[in-house]
Amino acid sequence: MRSFSLIDFVSLFAALRWTVALVALALAFGAPLALGLAMGRISRFASLRWAMAACIQVIQSVPLLGLLFFFYFGMPVFLGIQVPALVAVTVAYTLYTAAFLGEIWRGGLEAVKQAQWEAGACLGLSAWQQFRHIIAPQALRLSLPPTVGFLVQLIKGTSLASILGFVELARAGQVVSAATFQPLLTYALVAAIYFALCLPLTLWSRSLEARLDGSR
Amino acid sequence: MALVEIRDVHKTFGKVEVLKGVSLDVEEGEIVTIIGRSGSGKSTLLRCINALESVDSGEIRVEGQKVHAGMPDLKKFRQRVGIVFQAFNLFPHLKVERNITLAPLLTGRIEKAKARALAEDVLTRVGLADKIDAWPEQLSGGQQQRVAIARCLAMAPHLMLFDEVTSALDPELVGEVLKVMEAMAKQGMTMILVTHEMGFARNVADRIVFMHQGRVWEQGPPAKLFANPETPELASFIASAK
Repeated sequence: MRSFSLIDFVSLFAALRWTVALVALALAFGAPLALGLAMGRISRFASLRWAMAACIQVIQSVPLLGLLFFFYFGMPVFLGIQVPALVAVTVAYTLYTAAFLGEIWRGGLEAVKQAQWEAGACLGLSAWQQFRHIIAPQALRLSLPPTVGFLVQLIKGTSLASILGFVELARAGQVVSAATFQPLLTYALVAAIYFALCLPLTLWSRSLEARLDGSR
Repeated sequence: MALVEIRDVHKTFGKVEVLKGVSLDVEEGEIVTIIGRSGSGKSTLLRCINALESVDSGEIRVEGQKVHAGMPDLKKFRQRVGIVFQAFNLFPHLKVERNITLAPLLTGRIEKAKARALAEDVLTRVGLADKIDAWPEQLSGGQQQRVAIARCLAMAPHLMLFDEVTSALDPELVGEVLKVMEAMAKQGMTMILVTHEMGFARNVADRIVFMHQGRVWEQGPPAKLFANPETPELASFIASAK
């Protein structure tokens, strides 16, 4: 046993890199996928709409912990493929991000009036041009606050990666607490760091909400 | 050959037959006003001319080309046929200039260097040159509608359709929009309007088309139609519209 020292403080902050890395990976792969899902959900092809809705429904219904377990422990059992932990968490967080962001963005796209598509079509624009220049920018503005809200969820959700051995912030807290026997102090610090990470995002989201009335 | 030829067009929404065999010709340079009660099929007919709706049977030709939603060069076609809506439908996230230049730039009608000049030109024609850098929400309804007209003009259409463009406006703002349309009429633009503005129909239109129950019930020059309606339906419509 040793007392809580600067080195523990540093190790907590060092562990932040995994928290940030996991969020970055989840967004890098999940956001493009989310865009695809959202576009599929508003497609004029019913079969595509149904398929995308089913994907989203399944992923949203499984706890994040379940996704992590499935891709790390389940894949070798069911499919005989042993994937590295980093791949497993990346896939799990990517799907999680895609399903939730996809629904948020779908809502944003549908909130833009149908007449806006029509106005673009009547000027001779292609469906893609209508989407890219008229619908998507308006939908993005409408979706920003809930998107940031999800980002906060995602940051906190990365703590679950600790069960696969990732020494991110939450796991680092466990380690430090075990070494110093100062759980109260350690976890208070961990909580403060999460808070410091999420608060600016929440504030940013709130200011966006106030500034963007959704129409412009 | 007429610019617009409509032959025995039928259109059904669900179980309701909205158009029951409409035939109509519109010559180049002609101003045709379609009047009639709600549900008479006026707006649907207008939307069919622009292929926003497909006809069930019969055919519509514009400049000799058969119009339908699946036509091969629908985008090119729509660049030649402008439509202005009751609800303006400006793009709220773009300034007035970009609202106007977006389509001409994306469709390759003009180069980037000439975009601003084009916006200035069409805005001058609707009397709003000073609003080029405004956001749509900063404009009154009448101004927004004039920008919507300018946005259409920027595509240099051969034919313009107006779907109750003054119906959503406060009464004191109607005049400025009608004045713009009257000026366009004088410049020889071919126009088909659906409107409740009887004064405008009487003074500016070359021909009035009265639609009733999905059919062209009666048509002719405004002076004759308003003075001597041949059918009791038109007579009662005129009486109620006064």
